[in-house]
Amino acid sequence: MTSFKNKIVIIGAGHNGLVCAAYLARAGKQVTVLEAAEQVGGAAITREFAPGFKVSAGAHLLFMLDKNIRKELSLDSAGLSFSQQDMSTTALAEDGNHLQIAGDALQGANISDKDRLAMQEYRRFMNRFAGVINRLNNRIPPRIGTRDRSDWIGLAKTALNIRLLGKADMREFLRIAGINIYDVLQENFENPLLKGALSMDGVLGTNLGPRSNNSVFCALHRLSGLQGTAMPKGGMGALSNALANVAGKQGALIRTSATVSRILMEGDRVSGVELQDGEQIAAGTVISSADPKTTFLGLLGARNLEAGFARKVQDIRMRGNVAKLHLALDGVPEFKGLKQDRLGDRLLIAPDMEYVERAFNQSKYGEYSVKPVAEITIPSLHDDSLAPTGKHVLSAVVQYAPYRLKAGWPESKAAFMDQLIDLLAAYAPGIQSRVLHGELLTPVDIESEFRISGGHWHHGELALDQFLMLRPVPHSAQYASPVNGLFLCGAGSHPGGGVMGCAGRNAANAVLGTKQVEDHHS
Amino acid sequence: MSQASRTDKAQSFDISTKTHYLNKVFQSPFYSRQEPMNHLKEWGRWADYLSPHAYTDSAMEYFACRNACAVFDLTPMSKYRVSGKEALPYLNRLVTRDVVKIKPGRVGYCIWCADDGQAIDDGTIFHLGEDDYRLCTQERHLDWLLTNTMGFDVRVTDETHEVAALALQGPTSCAALKRMGLSGIENMKPFDIGYFTFADTQLMISRTGFTGDLGYELWIDPQHAEVLWDRLFEAGQLHGIQPMGDVALQMLRVEAGFIQCRHEFTPAHATVRTGHTRSPFELGLGWLVDFNKPNFNGRKALLAQKQHGHRYNMVKLDIDGNKPARDSYVFTKNNKRIGTVTSATWSPSAKASIALATLETPHGEPGEEVLVEIYYQKELKWSRVMATARVVTDVFYDPPRKRLTPPADF
Repeated sequence: MTSFKNKIVIIGAGHNGLVCAAYLARAGKQVTVLEAAEQVGGAAITREFAPGFKVSAGAHLLFMLDKNIRKELSLDSAGLSFSQQDMSTTALAEDGNHLQIAGDALQGANISDKDRLAMQEYRRFMNRFAGVINRLNNRIPPRIGTRDRSDWIGLAKTALNIRLLGKADMREFLRIAGINIYDVLQENFENPLLKGALSMDGVLGTNLGPRSNNSVFCALHRLSGLQGTAMPKGGMGALSNALANVAGKQGALIRTSATVSRILMEGDRVSGVELQDGEQIAAGTVISSADPKTTFLGLLGARNLEAGFARKVQDIRMRGNVAKLHLALDGVPEFKGLKQDRLGDRLLIAPDMEYVERAFNQSKYGEYSVKPVAEITIPSLHDDSLAPTGKHVLSAVVQYAPYRLKAGWPESKAAFMDQLIDLLAAYAPGIQSRVLHGELLTPVDIESEFRISGGHWHHGELALDQFLMLRPVPHSAQYASPVNGLFLCGAGSHPGGGVMGCAGRNAANAVLGTKQVEDHHS
Repeated sequence: MSQASRTDKAQSFDISTKTHYLNKVFQSPFYSRQEPMNHLKEWGRWADYLSPHAYTDSAMEYFACRNACAVFDLTPMSKYRVSGKEALPYLNRLVTRDVVKIKPGRVGYCIWCADDGQAIDDGTIFHLGEDDYRLCTQERHLDWLLTNTMGFDVRVTDETHEVAALALQGPTSCAALKRMGLSGIENMKPFDIGYFTFADTQLMISRTGFTGDLGYELWIDPQHAEVLWDRLFEAGQLHGIQPMGDVALQMLRVEAGFIQCRHEFTPAHATVRTGHTRSPFELGLGWLVDFNKPNFNGRKALLAQKQHGHRYNMVKLDIDGNKPARDSYVFTKNNKRIGTVTSATWSPSAKASIALATLETPHGEPGEEVLVEIYYQKELKWSRVMATARVVTDVFYDPPRKRLTPPADF
């Protein structure tokens, strides 16, 4: 009876689940990872969406992978390599006068010298502020209101990091961290295309418009990985495979097509999990990389929680507002005014901030954007393993597409797809005739394919009120949950979404640091 | 589930028929009978209802209850129906005690907490039938009760306005009910629920109360409220029946040692200041906390309290002299302040000045002597006395008739 108490089950082989498994296995723990899908990776996978055409089905760019994890787990020797690194961004203009952004260097779109200088300053302070967040990413969030020394040290360190920005930067950090990116960009720049493109940093993957508060915070969070934008060779799935290799080598058992249907309780602590086919796996520790709503309200059940906590979990804001478009193309698409060598950039359709805000407006009322914004990549230009010779794949993050669409997604999906292709055609005339096959993942599809409640990529909106010791909710923000033996390790926990891995690493540390809790219920 | 319950409530309670918005409060279905008897016109407010402070003379109302019988209008009490397949597990997660032990046809006292183990309210659970319960409580808690439905197959509806209720308390209460024609009432044991045919409807009676005396609570459709009042007073006339207000009830419940929300504690969800709430252990209700249940609201925090100790002890004080120690500070013999009186009265039955008080731990051991600072006025002149008081364990008034079945006839 006592042997199962040393066993650890991790629910979900997404990148965070795998990172957590790798660290725990490395520390000598007996770890089993259970993944519902047929392959590991969760939303960080490469999969075929049309015969011969493969795409990173969830996240398609890597810009936040924690460098400690990459080093500590020797991911490079486990098969991780990049088809493209330090990618530039090109902000597309309908008239073909595009703007190229490479670091703080700007080119095109009649950019003024004033904006060039402003860009240098903007990059300087945004990267500095992102550094403050970066230093939080690898830490178990401190708790508020305890007498525990480590909590106080954690809080003090955070305050010190802000203070060390110096008087002027600290004041600016505190001024802008909670406000909207529209105002900040308006203060700094004049070129509409530049402002439109930079505003995307604050709203991509979120349920925010440029004028929503927290959009500066989201931009800082995005920058906090402090890594250049890159594409893993073989798509995002290659990263997951490398993580699975490392975890496996360390002794973790990874089972795919093993859908956990329920977390089991014995008295007041977890005792294992039950799979959809009825198989029960006993474990003294269960770590879930599923989102907090799925974990607590779905797999565990609100009845096993205290009611106030259950209500807080239910109230987490996590409704997806982003869709993913995949196109199989019969050849290289041509974008108006875009040179061939820039086609492999991260391409943005966000001509100005008002455009982005208007696109967001419709989603507030349960409608998809009439003129959506998009982040487009053509990964097959860098990686010929993704499409048959001479053919290409286009992968685009498109928003806004609210999870709760008034008209209903089944009825509206085809029309939205047509609208997206029309949008692309406005910049790449004739692209329609090159489309061999298309796939659109709405938040509802994302919910069902990746098992993310609400279809929100980040497992919960990234916002100051859902960050650090407030993520996902107080009393489970240190990865341990109120239920003895149950931990979280997914993006729903600090420091949140983006393919980063920090949540998995921090959770492993939390598990390793936890003394065996005495069983009160015998 | 909670959505459905909200809708059900809206259907059963038609707000358009109510006129409370004209005077901001509901009148009880007994109002037409209470109003002419309320010579003092002393009305207070209990939640959204008018509730009499006193009808004629609180002392006389008190003595009616201890020596004959007195009627208190309970209608403003919150009454929540909890039913459905998982009503029992739902209640067991809600309250700290084990509800399995409240058998059908029985009533149980209970307390419930927020996640932090601090009391929200206390009340009674009526086990009406299979998967069917009623929770009665002083304050309104629909939001919290609906929040608790998440994950349970249960329906929670507010039936506060659909059930009229009277408490009939005192030594002659059983005899009065018998005269009213409720044969078999004498066989009901404390905390029993019984059903009687009355005026062509069903009258539910529980042998419960808030006075620490023999007594019953009568539950009926509001349409039959007036006839119940009339018949009760007609039958009770020879048994000394009197209406009773809240002032008399306060004296009675302090004698019985019963705590009351907003006196001994404030509801956790309505308390703004940190540390101003109380846990069941701090209210002397540790016996209502059952850690054998694997999960209930506040369990983790209460377990920690059990291990590491709690902040306060709720005690009963027997105070020298005859000055009621209302709102007094409590000191040690060395004049160190250790707590406050939460409820106090002169007890006519115990012939003593008595109080319920909250003392900081470790104070409050049985027999401990403390000082109570009492301010009192004699013809506009204030005086202060540091009265000696003793912590006692027995309730101040505990007549055997409270438990006797069948009760003595009068």
